[in-house]
Amino acid sequence: MNKATPKTRAFLTVFLKEVKENLRDRRTLVSAFLTGPLLGPLLFVMMINYALTRELDKAEKPLPVPVIGAEHAPNLVSALKAGGVVPGAPVADPAQAVRKQDADVVLRIAPGYGKAWREGEPVQVELFYDSSQRDANTSVERVTKLVEGYARQQGAMRLVARGLSPGTAWPLQVARRDQATPQSRAVLMFAMLPYFFVITIFMGGMYLAIDLTAGERERQSLEPLFANPVPRWKILCGKLAAICAFSTASLLITLLAFAVVGQFIPAGKIGMELDLGLRFATCVLLLMLPLVVLLAALQSMVAAFAKSYREAQTYISLLMLVPIIPSLLLSFMPIKAQAWMYAVPLLGQNLGIMQLLRGDGVSGEQLGLCLAGSTAAALLAVLVTAQLYRSEKLAISA
Amino acid sequence: MIEVRDLHKAFGAVKAVDGVGFSARDGEITGLLGPNGAGKTTTLRMLYTLMAPDRGQVLVDGIDGAVDPLGVRRQLGVLPDARGLYKRLSARENIDYFGRLHGLPEDLLASRREALVKALEMEDIADRRTEGFSQGQRVKTAIARALVHDPRNVILDEPTNGLDVMATRALRRFMRQLKDEGRCVLFSSHIMQEVAALCDRIVVIAHGRVVADESPDALRAQTGESNLEDAFVKIIGSEEGLAA
Repeated sequence: MNKATPKTRAFLTVFLKEVKENLRDRRTLVSAFLTGPLLGPLLFVMMINYALTRELDKAEKPLPVPVIGAEHAPNLVSALKAGGVVPGAPVADPAQAVRKQDADVVLRIAPGYGKAWREGEPVQVELFYDSSQRDANTSVERVTKLVEGYARQQGAMRLVARGLSPGTAWPLQVARRDQATPQSRAVLMFAMLPYFFVITIFMGGMYLAIDLTAGERERQSLEPLFANPVPRWKILCGKLAAICAFSTASLLITLLAFAVVGQFIPAGKIGMELDLGLRFATCVLLLMLPLVVLLAALQSMVAAFAKSYREAQTYISLLMLVPIIPSLLLSFMPIKAQAWMYAVPLLGQNLGIMQLLRGDGVSGEQLGLCLAGSTAAALLAVLVTAQLYRSEKLAISA
Repeated sequence: MIEVRDLHKAFGAVKAVDGVGFSARDGEITGLLGPNGAGKTTTLRMLYTLMAPDRGQVLVDGIDGAVDPLGVRRQLGVLPDARGLYKRLSARENIDYFGRLHGLPEDLLASRREALVKALEMEDIADRRTEGFSQGQRVKTAIARALVHDPRNVILDEPTNGLDVMATRALRRFMRQLKDEGRCVLFSSHIMQEVAALCDRIVVIAHGRVVADESPDALRAQTGESNLEDAFVKIIGSEEGLAA
């Protein structure tokens, strides 16, 4: 008896078995290879396309604006018409019309307009709009610009008629010099892209992480497994490797999908440039690799804490909210990136990917900091999880 | 050969095992008998080093569980109280997984696996995924994977729990076969007829302590009862938890 020569292939045995078993689970497959990696790009392309076409439409399309008292200012109205505004029938209650979104913006010209104009006195026109309707902002801006442009033009003509240079009224002129490149403009729009990558990794490994620890305990197979002559840390390593394999596959699929949909985003039309090609994908993959291990370990850790599959699912859903923090932080607070920030897991990846999108590239130092910081965090998480795996309670399901 | 010396294990204030000691010899079936909650499962868990005892020693073929737990596990085939199978794997794949974790070479693994499939009469289910297996089919698979590395010592925690009469009889036959092959078989049960029918030696546990460690005949002689059931009740001091 015991003719076997014990070889150290436990790691590989566990890894291969977990991969094989989970390839047979439809829910895991769908989550890791379909919904997880493809939902992001799809959602993204829909969002971006919607936003872009809306912006483009608004800028070019005829804009219907109800005008009250158009008869008092025929010249102003025709100037507006020249700018693409289609004056509509007056409405009874402009405030109400705007609030009910019947119109983006309503223009009201006072009855005294003609008299005041002829006497050269300042007159007022009113614009009704609701700035909390983001949809309407472009329209409001367009009408405002047209009215102001008309006013300025008329003012200049009055000065000329009095023999004065129009420059006297405007001693200072601002010349805008925008330094944004087509790529950096795109960044504003794609600030959530790093989050999509993180979520994909998360979703790719989530079901495995739950199944391999909490699930195995709930199905009472962890105790027999631990009765084998294999140290628990080796079993854990095999399981982590299986989780990482699935989440890396998810990430690869999503990168590929982004590379493909990147072709269909009409970014060029609004003066943006978007490069989601091979070089971008390779850099993202490199930045994300330590994060893959870190997330696998964190998910396993949470699953080891939980008493049941369901509990693990709840905890892991909460954990999923953590990676959104740096993305939100960066999109709402204009932080100037400091070197140390690259060493913070998630934040570093976020900054790195934004750099890549801006077309600035990632420097060796930034890359090094990012990889070192995240790898250290990943190792720590693995060690803590290994410690949890040593607990006597872990194996016992009852 | 399994030797257990003065084992103690407490969970908080509850002393689950409070000084258990016995030995199980090769070529014998040793029964661990006791009412529910007597500390049988906890004792066995310390034997296959899933738990560390607070005090006391476990020796399997002379290997100390505290010094070389992996060495102890290598000498043991274990059917724990929990017998979860991997339901997306077939019975054969379940067995192979444990064989590989024991480091068996592939050719030896295949021959051992097939021998067990035959001995446990599970040819018809061996390639089916274990999802939907009956209790008996599950126990067979779990036993096959526990014994795939040909261990000299076999530990079975309540092996006949939930089995019907036919499956129980087959399992008893199989345990006798293990004994005839010269192995040390240690199993726990709360069913005294089963223990009486199978065991060369009976270790009775109650309240975390060994209250008797004899052959069935010696037990009868010691208590002066001709009926084993009466003998057990007398030893344990109550009828609580014992099933006929």
